[in-house]
Parts: sequence; C-alpha cells; structure tokens
Amino acid sequence: MEYEKYKIPQISVFIENKKGRFYNTTRVLKEAGVNIRAMSLADTMDFGILRFVVDKPEKAYESLLENNFIVKLNDVMAVAIKDECGGLSDLLKTISDLDLNIEYMYTFVNNLDKKAVMLFKFEDIDLAIEKLLKAGTELLDKDYFTKI
Amino acid sequence: MFWEKERETMDRKSLENLQVELLRENIDYAYKNVPFYKKKFDEYGITKESIKTIEDIKKLPFTTKIDFRDNYPFGLLARPMKEIVRIHSSSGTTGKPTVVAYTKKDLKTWADLVARIAKAAGVTDEDIVQIAFGYGLFTGGFGLHYGLENIGAAIIPASSGNTKRQVMLMQDYGATVLVCTPSYALYIAEVAKNMGIDPKKDLKLRIGMFGAEPWSEQMRRKIEESLNIKAYDNYGLSEIIGPGVAGECEEQNGMHIAEDHFIAEVIDPETEEPVKPGEYGELVITTLTKEALPVFRYRTRDITKLDYSTCKCGRTSVRMSKPIGRTDDMLIIRGVNVFPSQIEEVLFNIEGVSPHYQIIVDRKGALDTVTILVEANANLFFDEMKKQKQLLDRINDELKTTLGIDVDVKLVEPNSIERSEGKAKRIIDKRKF
Repeated sequence: MEYEKYKIPQISVFIENKKGRFYNTTRVLKEAGVNIRAMSLADTMDFGILRFVVDKPEKAYESLLENNFIVKLNDVMAVAIKDECGGLSDLLKTISDLDLNIEYMYTFVNNLDKKAVMLFKFEDIDLAIEKLLKAGTELLDKDYFTKI
Repeated sequence: MFWEKERETMDRKSLENLQVELLRENIDYAYKNVPFYKKKFDEYGITKESIKTIEDIKKLPFTTKIDFRDNYPFGLLARPMKEIVRIHSSSGTTGKPTVVAYTKKDLKTWADLVARIAKAAGVTDEDIVQIAFGYGLFTGGFGLHYGLENIGAAIIPASSGNTKRQVMLMQDYGATVLVCTPSYALYIAEVAKNMGIDPKKDLKLRIGMFGAEPWSEQMRRKIEESLNIKAYDNYGLSEIIGPGVAGECEEQNGMHIAEDHFIAEVIDPETEEPVKPGEYGELVITTLTKEALPVFRYRTRDITKLDYSTCKCGRTSVRMSKPIGRTDDMLIIRGVNVFPSQIEEVLFNIEGVSPHYQIIVDRKGALDTVTILVEANANLFFDEMKKQKQLLDRINDELKTTLGIDVDVKLVEPNSIERSEGKAKRIIDKRKF
C-alpha cells in the first residue's frame, strides 16, 4: 500500500527513573552505530518512556533487545511544516478540523532544508495518513530518516 | 505409584485405631524420657489413659517453637546422644536456631516418608534426580537425598547456588527430576533461557518436587510451562521430621499427610479451637513414631486446610492444601489480614506478568502503604500512556477486590528484583512498630 512509506518506525523503551538509565540506552545505540534523528522522553511518576526515530530502526530494536531493554517498535507519522511563526498552529487546526486524535507528539528541526518536522502518534494511523494527504499536508516518508 | 502401599491405602478406621494406639504409647514414652513433657503432662493431668479416641488429642497442650528455644539445644531429646546419629537445625536468623535430632530408626522412617512422596509424584529408580536444595543443617537437602536414594534413583547432589552450573549439570547428565524451592526452579528456568537452552529440546526433565516455601497454583503453571515438567508440592518441617510429612500424588490436588506417622489438626490460631472441616487455619502436627524427638501438637504456623474426601490415587490419607501463608508472615495492613500468596495469585492470573515481584510495606503517617514491584516486560509495556495506565489500573483493581485494600503496583526494570537461590524474599516490611 502506498501509505506504508509514511509509517515511520519508532522505538519506545521502558526506563525506570534511575540514575544512568537514559545514558545506557543511548550508549547501546551508539555502540550499534545507530544515529538518533528525533527523540522524546515522557515521564510518569515511576518510569519513563523514551521514544526515538533513528536511521536504522531494526538495528536499534535488536541491539536494545539484546541488552535486555524492554522495547517496542511502532509507527508514527512525520509532518513537515514551515519553520516560521504560525506553522504549527496551522497544522494543528487542520488536525483538529479533521477530527484526528493525537496520542502524543514531538518535534525536531532540520536546519538543512529549513523545515520543522512534527512526529505524531495518532490513534488510527491509516485514517490520519489518508485525511492529511487529502488536506494537502506534507508528509515525510521513511527514507527521509534513513538518509544521513 | 506407592512405596508402602499397605500403609498408604489403609482403611480409615484401622488408621484411626493405629493413631490412637501410637499416641497412647508415645505419651508414655515422652513422659518417661523427656523431663519437659513429664512436667507438662503432670501439669495438665495427662497420661496415656487420657486418650480413648482420636478426638481426645485436644486435651494435650501445644508445643511451640518457643519450647524448642527454651530447651536449646538438646533438652527435648528422648534418647541419649549415644543413640543420636544426625543433628539438623534451622538457620536461626532470629536468635538461637531450632535444633532437631534423629536416631537410626528415625532416619529410616524419614527416608521411607520421602520415598513415599517421591513415588507419589511418579519418580522411579530409572530417574536421575538433581537436588538443588542446600546440603547442610537445613533438612531439605539430606532429607530428599536419602529418600530418593531409598527408591534407587540416581542422585546428582548439586546443592544450591551456581545456577549456570546447575543448568549445565542438568543438561549434560540428563536430569529427569529437579528438587528445589519453587522460586529457585523459576530462576533456573530463567537462567537456562538466557543461556539459550530450550527445556523441551535440550533437557530431559519431567518431574519437579518443590517445597520449603509457599507457592500458588499459578506459580505451578509457570514452572510447568517454563521447564516443561509436572511440578509437585511437598511439605515438611524440621521440628516434625523435615520434608516427607506430606506430598502430592499425580492427581495434584492436595498433599497426602503420612497419617500413620503424624496426626494433623487445623485450628484457629486465635481461639486455638479446631476450625470447621475444610476451613483454613493453622496446621498442628503430632508425631507418632519419632524416637529422638517426639513432638505433641506442634504449632506449625502454616495456614492450610484439610480435605478428607477420597482421592483417585487410592491413598486414604487426608490431604492438606498448599499452605497459603504462615501465621507469622501474614501482613496486617490497615487492620486487614493479607497473605503474600493472595497477591501472587492475582498477579499470576494477569496475562504476561513476570513471576518476579516484591511486596513493600511501609507506613506514611498513620497509614500503611503497600507497593508491589513487578518486573516489566514487553507484554506489560505499552508505548501509549493510556494503555499503560489501563493495565496498571486493572492490576490495582483486581488486587483491591481480592485483598480489600488499596495497593500500588509499580513496574520496574527486568532483573532488578533480587533472585533467590533458596527461599525467595518476597516481602520487605519497612514499618516500625
């Protein structure tokens, strides 16, 4: 299906709120030669969820598993917006008008092509891809994250 | 399978007559040989004539662990040291250890009792048995050792600890039976898995004989699945003789108590009166055939219930359920009695929960708090906070329904809860009273 290319693999890692846990995760990725393209750290009272989009998701997933991390692979979407005032607000209005539910989102800015990239986890990713494409939103594909 | 079929399948009437006869003799024997019992029986006006029927046992005073401590080390022995051939004792982590001793005849009795429970679990002389109980003062190692040797099984006396080596021995020597604590069995399974060993393909294990700590039905299933075996429970305590007091048959529906050697009662630990048939209470045991250390109405502190219904296996003896806890590890939380085994039962019924957990009890202000640490795994971790919270809420709700109190379940990283090679340390009580 043509939508598949817009599903960006994301790595989620369970980490306890303890000293050095975050570092250990990044160390494993470094040793595996994985480059982190975007990330977010969500915390709850007791533990955190580290989420990464990387250049080599399979490699990252396997090396974390091997090192006894609790890790999940799931899909997010990447939406490009202009890195200027009002860019995000316009996008969120579109999402709101389309009645799409966001589980969470995070961002990274790519200075090379002057784009801001928003990563979204939608409740229903297929529906979100369909509606956002129709609305003329610029979606980034997997390749965008694998090329260095 | 039976070891002493005639004894194990004796009709209940003859069994009761035998118990009464042995009890009467035993009262006489203890009166003559143990000053502690002479004094106690005089005080209560007990002679062998006090016992006409089995119900008369209620007239006898209880014996407790404190009596063992007060008579430390050898005050309760009925035979001179010349006739004693073995001494075992508890770890004595809280004060003086509890010392027990055996004559040659006692060791023979013990080896026969263990042979019975091994046969009942289906162990034969063809089996290779790995004993991963500590060999030493603890009765588990030597108790199982001589009983299994008695039936002609080949024994690997691995003792406890060095788990990787345990797995190696198991694989290389083709062990078919594993003997240890249930929590250690789970740990062995985990280590084997990490070593890349598949119990189904790489090991020949078929039976596990587990004891020395309370465990739930759910834990039994986990062990059976992870090691690809049938797991049997057995019961014993050193003050009575050690392992071999009771054990499960292949029906796995309660542990047959060797009633031709012991009289079992279940009492309400508060009122000290017998509970209604089939109700939970404290197990009280009287020995009938012990030479070195006869014991009358010993308060085991184990909470169990008795089932007198007939068992398909043909044994006529009463069956005790898995102890659900001990009177002294019962937690009183905000006035509610809670047994760690109840918590275990709820946790293991939730799909994907790992068998490693720890219960932490603390007090904040005047309020007791219970935190249950459960090791996270891929089944319990969700990328979406919403689903994560739903799962934790569900566990908390089920615990609340079962226990009647609020608890707080926290996910921790894999392998962060200490593993045990003996009895698992499930509870940390930080409260100061």
